[in-house]
Amino acid sequence: MRSFPIEIVGEAVLNGLLTGAIYGLVALGLTLVYGVLHIINFAHGALLTLAMYGAFVAWHTFGLDPYLAILPLVPLFFALGYGVQRFIIGPASRGQDSNILLVTLGLSIIIENVMLAVFRSDTLSVQVDYAMEVVELGPMLLGYPRVVGFCVAFLVALLLFVLLTMTDTGRAIRAVAKERTGAALVGINVGHVYAVTFGIGAACLAVAACLLLPFFYVNPRVGNAFVLVAFTIVVLGGMGSVPGALLGGLFIGVVESLSGLYLGDSLGQLGIFLIFILVLLFRPTGLFGAKA
Amino acid sequence: MLEVQGLVAGYGLTTVLDGVAMQVGAGEIVAVLGSNGAGKTTLNMVLSGLVKPRAGRVTFEDAEITGRSPAEIMSRGLIQVPEGRRIFPNLSVRENLELGSYRRAKVNRARNLEKVFATFPRLKERVTQAAGTLSGGEQQMLAIGRGMMAEPRLLILDEPSLGLSPLLVEEMFALIRRLHGEGLAIMLVEQNVAQSLEIAHRAYVLEHGNFVLSGSAARVREDPELKRAYLGL
Repeated sequence: MRSFPIEIVGEAVLNGLLTGAIYGLVALGLTLVYGVLHIINFAHGALLTLAMYGAFVAWHTFGLDPYLAILPLVPLFFALGYGVQRFIIGPASRGQDSNILLVTLGLSIIIENVMLAVFRSDTLSVQVDYAMEVVELGPMLLGYPRVVGFCVAFLVALLLFVLLTMTDTGRAIRAVAKERTGAALVGINVGHVYAVTFGIGAACLAVAACLLLPFFYVNPRVGNAFVLVAFTIVVLGGMGSVPGALLGGLFIGVVESLSGLYLGDSLGQLGIFLIFILVLLFRPTGLFGAKA
Repeated sequence: MLEVQGLVAGYGLTTVLDGVAMQVGAGEIVAVLGSNGAGKTTLNMVLSGLVKPRAGRVTFEDAEITGRSPAEIMSRGLIQVPEGRRIFPNLSVRENLELGSYRRAKVNRARNLEKVFATFPRLKERVTQAAGTLSGGEQQMLAIGRGMMAEPRLLILDEPSLGLSPLLVEEMFALIRRLHGEGLAIMLVEQNVAQSLEIAHRAYVLEHGNFVLSGSAARVREDPELKRAYLGL
């Protein structure tokens, strides 16, 4: 194995942390939906892709900076997620979890193919003048879009934490996660809470999409790559654990960055899936997951 | 206050309740007794709106609530403290109590919280603790406290003495008496026959989805049918 000067390694670690925060944001939506609805949302990747196209269109057609596109896209995706759960997934599942899997899988196929029909399979990207800017931190150079992404992702996580612990809606979400019958008996509308949770998950994706776009490309299948990583993070952090998703995201970001450095860029993801297999073998409940 | 007529309910191909009729008047304690599997919990689930009945009518304070959503039923003041407590294990004691007023009596939340703490000082000591770490008796107190937070007009207690030590069972029945003394109507669903009949005004005995016996608590206690319904003699 090659050895690198400490600044290079430090820079790789920091860049990994920066990217990892956005991974964490993608994983946050996935783990929240799993924790509350107890389902794996297979449409998560397609929704991320959709949000990235949303941010792309906002820039391309309306001249809106991707960071500003967060403002319209978050309520839009919250409403979309709410509606998809309330009016499609919920009614179609008829209370069977296996049905939900199939419904979300079907949704992802539909969304992907609609995007393929509308945007073709070309890879698109936005040109913003800050894309190549760097932030100097001592001897290390950090990409500006990644620094912004890191800060915003943390802000979103903080807001989510406040929502879940300080508001009645958040407490209702946590209550439904563990005790549906008890929740219904205190007057919580469980179907509504499911839909709100799904909406929050989709809103997280909208933010992640806007943070990714300045330094990433979009094509109809781009979301899947992120969701594979997000799955690893959710398993590593513990299924349904919100802090687990964030810390897992940071960790996986660093692993990817370092394995990219030592094994070459194209093999960067190798480290992630190595971790995935190791976690499944030795700590299947994840770092923060409840014991089975 | 609560009136049930011809209630039929079940799951899939099974019929659990087969034409049940009963009533609870204002300020009454009414015991619903029956052995395991008689349909007591299903009756509660229907009353709270968690199971939709196949036939029959439920009215609460002159409003028909048959087949209404749990949220709508509880917001009228028909509050159930369910079997097995059904508290939120991952939430703190305070959060559990606060969610008791999620839909009803929210403006009086602070005042009712103090009232619950006055009734259950143990809960105040454990206010920041996760509810799942409480003992069985404390969890039962929490479940009742959560119900009280909604300012019930009729409180349904499903097996409040289940799994408690004899001493705690005594305490539980004393508490039910006290709640009743504050003017609350109570429907007490129990397997604990002797103690339930001691505090109830009237009682119904459920067997195979039907009331086989009903009347004043004193009459039900003396009826030989009671033993038969319980022991299958």
